[in-house]
Amino acid sequence: MPIVLLRLDERLIHGQVVVGWGAKLHVKRMVVIDDELASSPWEQELYCLGVPPEIAAEFVSAATARHEWAAWQQCPEAIILLVRTVDALAALADGRFLEGQPVNLGGLHHAEGREQALPYLYFTPGERRQLEAVAAGGAILTARDLPTSRAVPLADLST
Amino acid sequence: MSEPVRGLIIGHSTLAAGFAAAVTQIAGAEPGTLVAVSNEGRGPEGLMDAVRTAAGNAPALLLTDLPSGSCALAARKIAMSRPDTAFVCGVNLPLLLDFVFHRDLPLPELVARLVEKGRCGIIGSPNQDSGNAHCAATVG
Repeated sequence: MPIVLLRLDERLIHGQVVVGWGAKLHVKRMVVIDDELASSPWEQELYCLGVPPEIAAEFVSAATARHEWAAWQQCPEAIILLVRTVDALAALADGRFLEGQPVNLGGLHHAEGREQALPYLYFTPGERRQLEAVAAGGAILTARDLPTSRAVPLADLST
Repeated sequence: MSEPVRGLIIGHSTLAAGFAAAVTQIAGAEPGTLVAVSNEGRGPEGLMDAVRTAAGNAPALLLTDLPSGSCALAARKIAMSRPDTAFVCGVNLPLLLDFVFHRDLPLPELVARLVEKGRCGIIGSPNQDSGNAHCAATVG
């Protein structure tokens, strides 16, 4: 299982991901799936400041992610995949692409129009519907900020 | 730059508030000298908004707990676009105490000084208990 975590977290590479999940899962690669960041070297450089030297970080577009997915699944090294918006996750999941794939809801924070589901998860009604559509496409969505936290299925989150 | 620099401590959980409280307890500080901003419950945009609001129109030094992660990322991005703004990452109490007494220095000079003070504030034993003998007194 080389893709050990597919996580939705608007902070992308940060302490919880690198230390909390990365160390626990013995991760060797982190791949950020984001069309904007994939073409922004200066922002990539900022994010990479938080990556320890033993972990490789990459930034790819959604199209590249779909193309590379099978190779990632065969990769001998543990990989964490990160997306930062519900839109990006929904685009990735289009056409039941994520069928059977666990998706970790790790961090969407308070913003105008969003309602709280958990202290680290807030959704707009539209985002909630998008996530339910991703789940209807066969992905397995659970909320969990850290490995030590309780996993909460999407269906059990009330907003 | 005539107005003294405002320090914004940006940290995880309650660390920034703890640092600010400790500095006030030890050195005293005028209100607004050091402002604590937590990343807790804030996404990237929310954190940057909170920092910009706390900075107001003053020259600002953004002081983060870690050199990477959400707090450092916010500080670095703001410092790239906001005038009279600099950052120091990986702060400790000796550094913050020194800031209170030297915030009228030009920002480049202040940053260089604080980085040195922060490094000098870390010592260990055995073998390193005199390793920072070149450092001047932490506060003064």
